[in-house]
Amino acid sequence: MENIFTQWFGDNLLTYILIPVPIIAYVSVFALYAVLAERKISAWMQNRIGPNRTDKFGLLQTILDAVKLMQKELILPSRRDNLYFRMAPYIVFTAAFMGYAVLPFSSVFIGVDLNLGLFYFFAITSIGVVGVLMAGWASNNKYSLFGGMRTVAQIVSYEIPTALSAIVVVMLAGTLSMQKFALIQSGGIFNWYIFGGPGSPIKIIIIPIMVVSAVLLFLSTLAETNRTPFDLTEADSELVAGVHIEYSGMMFAMFFFAEYAQMFAVSGIVTTLFLGGWQSPFGELIPFLNTPVFQVFWFLAKGLSLVFVQIWLRWTLPRVRIDQLMTMCWKFFIPIALVNLFLIGLYIIFA
Amino acid sequence: MAELRTEELTINMGPQHPSTHGVLRLVLTLNGEIVTNVKPVLGYLHRCFEKHAEAMTYPQVIPYTDRMDYLNSMSNELAYVLAVEKLLGIEIPERVEYIRVIMAELQRIASHLVAIGTYGNDAGAFTPFLYCFMDREKVLELFEMVCGARLLYNYIWVGGLSHDITPEFITKTKEFIKYFRPRIKQVNNLLSYNKIFIERTANIGMLPQDVAVNAGVSGPTLRGSGVKYDLRKEDPYSIYNKFDFDVCVGTGEYGTVGDCWNRYIVRAYEMEQSLRIIEQALDSIPEGDVHSAVPKRVKPVAGESYVRTESPKGELGYYIISDGSLNPYRVKARSTSFCNLSVINQISRGHMIADVVMILGSFDIVLGCIDR
Amino acid sequence: MEITEIYNKLKKVFGDGIGDLKTDLPAYPFFFADASKINAVSLFLRDEESLQFDNLSCLSGVDYDKDNLAVVYHIYSYALKHNIVVKCIVPKSAPVVQTVSDVWAAADWHEREAYDLIGINFEGHPDLRRILLSEDWEGHPLRKDYKVPEFYNGMKVPY
Repeated sequence: MENIFTQWFGDNLLTYILIPVPIIAYVSVFALYAVLAERKISAWMQNRIGPNRTDKFGLLQTILDAVKLMQKELILPSRRDNLYFRMAPYIVFTAAFMGYAVLPFSSVFIGVDLNLGLFYFFAITSIGVVGVLMAGWASNNKYSLFGGMRTVAQIVSYEIPTALSAIVVVMLAGTLSMQKFALIQSGGIFNWYIFGGPGSPIKIIIIPIMVVSAVLLFLSTLAETNRTPFDLTEADSELVAGVHIEYSGMMFAMFFFAEYAQMFAVSGIVTTLFLGGWQSPFGELIPFLNTPVFQVFWFLAKGLSLVFVQIWLRWTLPRVRIDQLMTMCWKFFIPIALVNLFLIGLYIIFA
Repeated sequence: MAELRTEELTINMGPQHPSTHGVLRLVLTLNGEIVTNVKPVLGYLHRCFEKHAEAMTYPQVIPYTDRMDYLNSMSNELAYVLAVEKLLGIEIPERVEYIRVIMAELQRIASHLVAIGTYGNDAGAFTPFLYCFMDREKVLELFEMVCGARLLYNYIWVGGLSHDITPEFITKTKEFIKYFRPRIKQVNNLLSYNKIFIERTANIGMLPQDVAVNAGVSGPTLRGSGVKYDLRKEDPYSIYNKFDFDVCVGTGEYGTVGDCWNRYIVRAYEMEQSLRIIEQALDSIPEGDVHSAVPKRVKPVAGESYVRTESPKGELGYYIISDGSLNPYRVKARSTSFCNLSVINQISRGHMIADVVMILGSFDIVLGCIDR
Repeated sequence: MEITEIYNKLKKVFGDGIGDLKTDLPAYPFFFADASKINAVSLFLRDEESLQFDNLSCLSGVDYDKDNLAVVYHIYSYALKHNIVVKCIVPKSAPVVQTVSDVWAAADWHEREAYDLIGINFEGHPDLRRILLSEDWEGHPLRKDYKVPEFYNGMKVPY
């Protein structure tokens, strides 16, 4: 995208300001409609109707909700830590949003194609946890503090299996650039890394490992975004709303937005690493489906399907307990990820 | 290096908290996430029921009993009315007894559905909650059909009932039974046998048998500990001795007997048994007049009576002292949740905050009943 | 076991600590027990092999008559399926009854409630505080001579 924009507008500051605009637009629209989708899907699952009063099918619901939240008074706890309290939502939101910079929407449409894209992504999304901890501490509320502490423990732990399962793909692909991951997986559905990536037929033996890695990555990222069954940050039945307790109006909306923005961001990572990114599942059979516009379609289709799975899980499963969450990470996810890593290493050496 | 200073953290869970099921306040002392002490603070919903009752005539107290455990008003009314009838020493038409049993069992289903649904919600699963409430809605529709009210009925009167049931009610109830049987399985599959749910509840909040009996715990909470004690069987009131049903106890299918999961699952089993009782009652209900035994003036002789019944939440008793006037001299409600809740400190020590929520939910408390 | 048998057994052990068995009132027959011996009586009831009263179903405080308060115990046995009603009567001027909360844990909160609403002091209770009313409430509302206070912490009470 950098290239296209510099071609169109010339190589000046304005161009670099313009580059994030489509991404910001996408994130905003996505977050608004993901909220609606979540409410609609949960309504269908629960035999309810869901929001249906604003426009057709409640299409304006979240927009109007946002308008309402903007109008609301910011009620601030009197004994807050003012600076941190006000900074936290912005940090969380910015961190969630900055991950989008390296998401390859299509072969030409990527914020910036860093050669350390994946590394950047993991680094930048981790900053969000600082914001959550700030919010938890600065609210001067014990429930918030608990929520904040739990989040830190949870996210820091789950970054390990996330990274380990991502490294499996990194080892096979030999790159960290997000665009290259997608490029390598060209040529149809069987060249996706969930099916062992491109290569000789002998790759069949690593398919189970790759499937396990993909599931592991998806679950760990789920934990990193604090979604049910891992939403211990909020845990409304124990911690009321965790770090969100003392936030109101637009400050709360920032947290809320960030969560939904992150939902798609992590789905985008899973898509890029394991599901072929913007590659068409038909490969070269139908070349027409591999044009940049359709690439965007494939990427969104895959990413949004994963978002749907996240929503689906949220409305089906109960929440785990904090110690079970940690046990799951340290005693199951990390060992499995390590074994995967080892086996892939053997495969690379011998195959 | 200076010694690291740690101290215990005290947090207030409630009175406004999503999972204290009302306005209960628990003062938790925490060591990190581990609970070291739980101090329940009651009384936020105290409405002086017992004092009010002393200024009312006997039938006027019935609407107050409705509001005690507002999720199972029929059983409250039944217990109170039985106590008054015992004082009066009157004979009740058989049709009335049958209808009372049908209502009490329908109410048990409704109450258990709320218990199961909110328990799922405590665990973080919101969908079963709505499924349960959908089915409860159907029970409430039946109640609405028979007495016009959906929550607080004032249906069971001293010596009779406010309205007779219609043939339509009987067909609708039979339809409900048919519809509801598979639904129990559905909720069980969705929630009760969910791996995460079992992990959350099994082996949490162990309540040993002897402690349970000694602390006066009753109902599904007691049976979850493996004590096969149901007043409908052990000390039959009304006409429960005519029906064939099983007393369900925690079996330790998952976890150990006496933990939250076993307390919870007893309720799911019991709904099935309630359906059986309703079926039998509907099939053999005799004709009769539900108003024939209603006394014009309820004026018992001086004396006292204590009746305990098996309400959905456990043993519900009314101790009534009469001084021979139109008003009761003293009404004491032996409230179920009050006794069940009293063991919470003992069994939640050493567990985590999230477990306290699960333990509290497994008692199925209603604050209207605790605070009166 | 029949109530008369249980009564005779108790009478033999405790003698004057147990009053007469009253059967003339409707419902349950009951007997009075000495308020200063109730703890020993209940311990006997619970632990005696042939009685096994393991469950205290209800403990009620009652404003018994003009000068007296009473505590009524409804005691059941899960094991042997019999029950008795025991009453303790204490004068309003010195309403002290021995606690049974160490015998039956169920009595703990019930005694607190009786203390709260009727004003009976339970001797030896580990944590005798108000339970339903707020801690700074004055008076015991379920007494017949209770007058609703005008103000509570500056708030007008009767509406």
